[in-house]
Amino acid sequence: MTDRKIRVLVAKPGLDGHDRGAKVVARALRDAGMEVIYTGIRQTPEMIAEAALQEDVDVVGLSILSGAHMALCPRIVELLRSQGMDDVVVLVGGIIPDDDVAPLKNLGVKGVFGPGTSTRDIVEFIRQSVG
Amino acid sequence: MSLVTELLAGNRRALARIISQVEDDGPEAHALLAELHPHTGRSHVIGVTGAPGTGKSTLVNALAKTYRSQGQTVGIIAVDPTSPFSGGALLGDRVRMRDLAGDPGVFIRSMATRGSLGGLARATADVILVLDAAGFDRILVETVGVGQAEVEIASAAHTTIVVEAPGLGDEVQAIKAGVLEIADLFAVNKADREGADRAVLALQMMQGLAPAPAGHHGTGRQAGHAAPGAQADGAWLPPITKTIAVRGEGVAALHDWVEQHAAYLRETGQLARREATRAATALNHILRERLIAALFAGLTNGELDRAISAIARRELDPYTAADHLLQAEKPGFPGIVRRP
Ligand SMILES: Nc1nc2c(ncn2[C@@H]2O[C@H](COP(=O)(O)OP(=O)(O)O)[C@@H](O)[C@H]2O)c(=O)[nH]1
Ligand SMILES: [Mg+2]
Repeated sequence: MTDRKIRVLVAKPGLDGHDRGAKVVARALRDAGMEVIYTGIRQTPEMIAEAALQEDVDVVGLSILSGAHMALCPRIVELLRSQGMDDVVVLVGGIIPDDDVAPLKNLGVKGVFGPGTSTRDIVEFIRQSVG
Repeated sequence: MSLVTELLAGNRRALARIISQVEDDGPEAHALLAELHPHTGRSHVIGVTGAPGTGKSTLVNALAKTYRSQGQTVGIIAVDPTSPFSGGALLGDRVRMRDLAGDPGVFIRSMATRGSLGGLARATADVILVLDAAGFDRILVETVGVGQAEVEIASAAHTTIVVEAPGLGDEVQAIKAGVLEIADLFAVNKADREGADRAVLALQMMQGLAPAPAGHHGTGRQAGHAAPGAQADGAWLPPITKTIAVRGEGVAALHDWVEQHAAYLRETGQLARREATRAATALNHILRERLIAALFAGLTNGELDRAISAIARRELDPYTAADHLLQAEKPGFPGIVRRP
């Protein structure tokens, strides 16, 4: 009886300490039938990549409000790749200026979700991206 | 290189992927487990159970740190419930285990309970085997402390720690859930809180050890005198340890009790008996799953439905119906249960 669940790591890298948004998304993904591993605030890129590996997730969802996304996202993508997790879907949500969206996608971030995004769109995006 | 070879060589990605295969009961799961099985049997498996919020994850984090400080490697399985409504799960135990991040001697895996009770016990036991084969000295399994599932999962552990905390009404809950029977050790966590001593006393009373009230003598088993741990008659009296997991206090003592219990199991031959119980449980689950799958595969469309409606209409009783279903000639299920 194969029961393949979509597994998602929700992490909050960087130093800002507020994770309300991340928790809302985590709950929405659970309610959409996914298994969500929630790791909490102040995660380093190394911690996130390692947790993603141990948990063998399909998706890594990052919540970044601090403005450090251009430093954090590429680092996390690079760490995931270096451990052979090339096909993990990396998403970022939070406060991301429009001008940064294209560069982030070029660096390997699959989806960027701004503050107004409905959780339903994120669920849909994940279902489409995870084969 | 095969996944198993990579796992045995210490590749953590291979380990994680094999766990997924096993957890999903995927197409390669059985072959992988068969290949891993000869490499298992070295880890000491410690179950950590108790009501939500008692501090199990925090305690697992602290225990793991203690083991690491002694150079032992630790695999951790943290089980949280699947939502019965969505089938999804929010697995948050890692939040309390961030101290362990970046340590190559630790591997943490979160698991959802998913479907059935038996399924969880099977998957947990299998993931334990995978971590065992990967060479972890100690495996800590945190489970949601509710109901019958605990008893099943306890059968997969060598040492089961039941975690209580003051102020959660656990004194009562422990009796209800039957966790008293599965406890090898008790941890009364949140000992910084009011009521910890009362919780200890409640547990001692359940063990028949609380000092008798003034004026009474000789009630209970050696009231107030028996030292916990291995007894002269070969029994094990579960010790009760107060801990403050957030500060790591009492955790060294708890660790020492785990190791004493491990030694007790080895020295009394109980380890072999527990291993036999584990093997029996595992085989039972597999046989049951296979037999039921084989039976259903052999039933023609509607056979089951017809039996069900016949029972509902009182034309047939369920036992006779089951006899009929099991006796019929079925490809792939030839007469496993056949009455003369
Ligand atoms: N005061 C106090 N709080 C604790 C202690 N151990 C854990 N906690 C807190 O209790 C809450 C639940 O802990 P957690 O480890 O997640 O419990 P679990 O649900 O049993 O895994 C958290 O807020 C912990 O910080 C302790 O020894 N004392
Ligand atoms: Mg927990």
